Amino acid sequence: MALYEGPVQNLIDELGRLPGVGPKSAQRIAFYLLKAAPEDAKRLAQSIVDAKDRVSWCRRCFNIAEGELCAFCKDERRDATLLCIVEEPRDIVAIERTAEFRGRYHVLQGAISPIEGVGPDQLRVKELLHRISGEGVEEIILATNPNIEGEATAMYLARLLKPAGIRVTRIASGLPVGGDLEYADEVTLGRAFEGRREVDA
Amino acid sequence: MSGLYRDSGVVLRTIKLGEADRIITVFTQGNGKVRAVAKGVRKTTSKFGARLEPTTHVALQCYRGRELDVVTQAETIEANRALREGYGLLTHAIPMLEAVDQVAQEREPNPALYRMLTGALRTLATTRSPVVTPAFFWKLLSLEGFHPLLDACARCSENDAPLVAFDADDGGMLCAPCARGGGRPVSPAAFDVLQRMLGGGLNSVLADPAGPAVGEVERLAVTVLEHHIERRLRSATLL
Ligand SMILES: [Zn+2]
Repeated sequence: MALYEGPVQNLIDELGRLPGVGPKSAQRIAFYLLKAAPEDAKRLAQSIVDAKDRVSWCRRCFNIAEGELCAFCKDERRDATLLCIVEEPRDIVAIERTAEFRGRYHVLQGAISPIEGVGPDQLRVKELLHRISGEGVEEIILATNPNIEGEATAMYLARLLKPAGIRVTRIASGLPVGGDLEYADEVTLGRAFEGRREVDA
Repeated sequence: MSGLYRDSGVVLRTIKLGEADRIITVFTQGNGKVRAVAKGVRKTTSKFGARLEPTTHVALQCYRGRELDVVTQAETIEANRALREGYGLLTHAIPMLEAVDQVAQEREPNPALYRMLTGALRTLATTRSPVVTPAFFWKLLSLEGFHPLLDACARCSENDAPLVAFDADDGGMLCAPCARGGGRPVSPAAFDVLQRMLGGGLNSVLADPAGPAVGEVERLAVTVLEHHIERRLRSATLL
């Protein structure tokens, strides 16, 4: 149902196609933009165009990249023997904030989802296998989400990679720091017990 | 009807909503299929944690909404943790959830189906048997009113000849001459598994060593179920 004249309705329709933006929000954002200063709206439009022109997928790890390779693949100081597998580029950002990891990444661009019918073929798994044989990888760290899809993906990759004689590890599950133990669910608390470690005091 | 209610149920599926929420589909004991928003569940500090993930059997408190309910509390009844820690178990558990999602009606209790699903998930988690999922599908079909004919040809009623194929339209097994006009071939070993599975010998099948016959019965069950619900079971592609 088109309530507005051509260009306004087009704008609302386009905004409404963005993830997490419903028809009401699309309408609100559209009217915000119409009221905004022309240079503000142009800057937004230009930054979308620039990003689409200049940014694409790293041809090695499928992170976002300006040019052929992403910043991590270009950086010679990163340890090429450690490869951390994530679902999306934004997971790299979260891991980088910890400053704990000095290896390289591989972005699957999704996760196995049996209920959506998304299998390993729709992920960057073939490309991962190519990298392992060619780049001297010694350890694979599975850092997919700790939900059903992420765990299915981690289990699938573990089964696939173990026979290749590479060390395959999974990031730990446990209690969120700063929370109370009594609120933890059974799966999380169970894993926290299994993953306990000696205290150096 | 509005206000708070309590119920127990199995989480069938989840979809992301907004920044940190999910809509969960739960098959409950007292309210049938229910869709509810779990607010903040994707944050690592969520009080729900893993309790609202598919395969989990939970006790819920929800606030009834017009279209979607809102989960206010969740406690685990059975975590069925083994199911999410083995790839083969998870790929066998999810198709059962998808089938129930297809068959169950919103806000219509179905106590028999509820008992079947909670029982099947528990049995799969403890026995790890590949027989559980096909047995569940055949029981589900029978609950839906489809009882396959296995003791005589479903097309010509011949009951002396060996039965060698299955046809969902005819409603059962076919003899060799009838099978020439269509039907899906069934090996003698798979037919034996099918007969025991549906004839009250499920425990004997559970004790069988794993073999190709169970896989054949599973694929047949998926085909017949898809025929019955007139939809594809998407998750069955990973079986
Ligand atoms: Zn890269």
